[in-house]
Parts: sequence; structure tokens; C-alpha cells
Amino acid sequence: ASPVYLLAEFDDAANLLAADPDATTISIDEPAEIPKNQHSRLQEPGREEDDELLGTDDSDKTELLAGQKKSAPFWTFDYYQTFFDVDTYQVLDRIKGSVFPVPGKNFVRLYIRSNPDLYGPFWICATLVFTIAVSGNLSNFFIHLGKPTYHYVPEFRKVSIAATTIYAYAWLVPLALWGFLMWRNSKVMNIVSYSFLEIVCVYGYSLFIYIPTAILWIIPEKVVRWVLMVFSLGLSGSVLVMTFWPAVRDDNRRIALATVGTVVLLHALLAVGCLAYFFDAPELDFPAPIIPAHNKTTVTTKSQ
Amino acid sequence: FAGLADVSISEDIPVEGEITVPVGSHSPDEDYSTLDEPVRDTIMRDLKAVGKKFVHVMYPKKSSALLRDWDLWGPLVLCVSLALMLQGGSADSKDDGGPQFAEVFVIIWFGAVVITLNSKLLGGTISFFQSLCVLGYCVLPLTVAMLVCRLVLLAGSGTISFVIRLIVVVAMFAWSTLASTAFLADSQPPNRKALVVYPIFLFYFVISWMILTFTPQ
Repeated sequence: ASPVYLLAEFDDAANLLAADPDATTISIDEPAEIPKNQHSRLQEPGREEDDELLGTDDSDKTELLAGQKKSAPFWTFDYYQTFFDVDTYQVLDRIKGSVFPVPGKNFVRLYIRSNPDLYGPFWICATLVFTIAVSGNLSNFFIHLGKPTYHYVPEFRKVSIAATTIYAYAWLVPLALWGFLMWRNSKVMNIVSYSFLEIVCVYGYSLFIYIPTAILWIIPEKVVRWVLMVFSLGLSGSVLVMTFWPAVRDDNRRIALATVGTVVLLHALLAVGCLAYFFDAPELDFPAPIIPAHNKTTVTTKSQ
Repeated sequence: FAGLADVSISEDIPVEGEITVPVGSHSPDEDYSTLDEPVRDTIMRDLKAVGKKFVHVMYPKKSSALLRDWDLWGPLVLCVSLALMLQGGSADSKDDGGPQFAEVFVIIWFGAVVITLNSKLLGGTISFFQSLCVLGYCVLPLTVAMLVCRLVLLAGSGTISFVIRLIVVVAMFAWSTLASTAFLADSQPPNRKALVVYPIFLFYFVISWMILTFTPQ
């Protein structure tokens, strides 16, 4: 049968099921998902639906797919090109998926789909590094603006510190987590297992929410900053939790909870550490006025 | 073939033309002949090539001169002069000052290499050094902005000077980004253009930030 007829058959199957719920066929889980899938790989509608239906049980298939893709030896350029095989709309979709976590849906299964990319993690980390450094610098400038002894410095050292911290977090924590999951997998048969690159991908995209958060942290109000922190931690933490809970839930209860707890704790530590180090605490005595007169007197004061 | 029987070349129309194949201008024979020329000619030729590329950057049209005859002299001169001009802001041992010479140098070259690798990994058809050449030459508007900023700071460092510097830096940042995008965007597959343009935007943003936050001691 030609592909057009196959598509028609799937549509008919859906209609038939709606009409006759007792029919012994696989039920289609989320009709809302199908329009989104249609713009990714139109020539393989069956496989996309199978991915949705099987949910977390298709690790074999995705590992097969992953194995077929990366066949070039690791010393050739083509091998690394397979990690950048994403289009603009795919990157935007993945970013959207990390910011609006759908309850019950797994980020890796939904968006990565055995095509982990390194573009997102690398450039989101780079953007985050510079956003934190620039925002911290700007916020310190506005906070200390009224003081007569303040001389503005660009604080360039902090860029390298920010870069080290964020890139270490985005690569070493996934490495440790992957090693830990591999070790548990050898002891307990898990249905879900992730490759190292998929974990790096999830961590990289989950850091995206911190970019607008860092920009908003320029506002020198303690309450505002902590509310923003909790909000962004909640969003990205929930993406991480929903990704890793299926991977550990078949394990010993305590180990599963400890793993997920550690993931969230490290994520929170990163956020709190960045806020504490790069952003000076706003003192309540100086409400940081942005009056041109103050600006002139402050900047023209030469430091001794 | 019947219709061709009455086609004939008249005896008094001379047949003329060139049978020889024109030799390409980049043949190796020509390079050997530059050994005997005076040094001044060699230097002037390279300087003219660099100058022509500067003009191409300031008025970015879709010409392929920048891509075809790439060289890295221009980027080196621009990078060194920008790093030198950014130097005066942290001459003393104050810890949290502006970037040092080596930091500016590394940021520009390492940033350009990373962007080039990124565009090649995403499937771009441009070669490594051509991309480095374009990214380096498009730092020219920002070097001009740095010069202007230093001159404005000599006059004073109040709010007005800050506003002037802000406007100049923002304008030059937009110019740099648009110029390099005009040269580099065509070599990318169309559904990945934004993925390639964004790192270039980030790169020039960081350089603009370093220029804008320059404060003399």
C-alpha cells in the first residue's frame, strides 16, 4: 500500500476506536500530541505514535536508533556533526519544553527522542555565564550608586569563575549521575536508562530558565529575588525530577528518593550560590536611586 | 540535414578569434615572479588587500571578496589594537578591574574559533579560515567604537558621555553583527540560520560590553 493509504488507515483506526471502545487494539494516548509530531518526521507516522504509546518502555528501540546514527569513528569530524543535527524549531521546542514542564511527560522521551544535541547545552551555558556576569555587574552598580566612595569596576574576573562553575555543573554532574545510574542498572533491571548525552541535554536545557531569572535579579529587592529563585528552581527542578524519577523508581525506595533529592539539591545549590556570589545583597538603607545628579557626582569622583 | 546544404561561409568574411585558453590569474607561475619584486610592492599589495576588506566591512554588500581571498592580518591588527585600547582601564593591581590584554585576545580568538566550529558542525559550507577572517574583520566597527569611547572619556566621564558612548557602542554592535551575518548566513542551510547567527550575536555582545564598561583609572 502506498504511504498515503497507510496514513488514511491510521486515521480510520482512530475513528473506529472512538466508535467501538471494546475493540482490542492499542489505544492512542494523547491526541493533542499528534499535531506536534506531524511537523517533525512526516514520513514515519507509525514510529512516532509507537513512541508515544510505549512511553518509557522503548529504551531498546531508541538505543537501536542511537546506535544506527552514530556510526562514524570518534576521531572524524562527522561523528561530532551527529550531535548538532538539530534545526532551529527543534531547539526552540526543547527550550519551550524545559520552561513549561508538562506533568507526567518525560522531557527526554518527548523532546530528545534519541537525537540528543550538544548545541543547546553548550550555548545555553555560554549565555548563562555572560548573563550572570553582566547582570551581577549591573545590579551591583545600581545598588552602590548612591555611595560617595563607590568606583565602578567591570569585575571581569567573575566571568571566568562563572564559566568554570556553570560548565562544571553542566558536565560533571551529568557524568556522575550517569555513572551512578549505570551502576544501579547493573544491580536492578530498570526499564528506563539514559545515555550520557541525553542526561547532558536535559541538564543543559533545564538551565535555560535561569537566563531570564538572572536578568530579573538585577532588581535590588531581596523578596523579589527569592521569589524568582523559588519559581525558576521549581520549574527546572520539576523537569529534572520528571526525567529521572522513572529511571530510579524501580530501585530501592530510599536510593530512589536520595538520588532525586540530590539532583534537586545540587540544582538549588547552583542557583543560591550564583545569587550569593555574583549579586551583592541590597541594603535597605540605600534604595538605589537612579537620579542623574547622583550619577554625575558619583562617577566623577576619582578614587584615591 | 537538407536545410543546412545552403548554409555556407562567404569567402570574404574573415574568420577570427582566439584559440588559446586563457590562463587563470592564480597560476603558480605568477607567484614565482613575485620573488624578484621589491619588498615595498609586496607589502603594499597586502596592505591594499586588507584595506579593501575594511571597506567591504564598512559597506557590507554581498560580495565574495572577503570570503575568497581570506587573510588574517586584518583581524590580528584589529584584535591587538582593541586589546591595547582596553588596557588602560586596569593598569594597577586592582583585583576586579577590566579585562587584561591576554583575556581580550583569548576571548576574541577563542570565541571566533568556537563560532566557526559551531557553524561547521551545523552543516555550513564555509571553510574554517574564511569564517575566522570574516568574524575578525567584522570587529572593525567595534574597534572604531572603542576609539570614539576613549576620546569621549578624555573629555569627561559624566552622564552625557555615558549616553554618547552607549549610543555609539550599540550602533557599532548592530553594524558588526549585521555585517558578519550578511557574509556568513548564506553558507548555512536555511532551517539553521538562527542557530548560527545567535552565537555571533553573543560574541559581539560580549565585546561591546567590554568596550562599554571600560573605565579609566
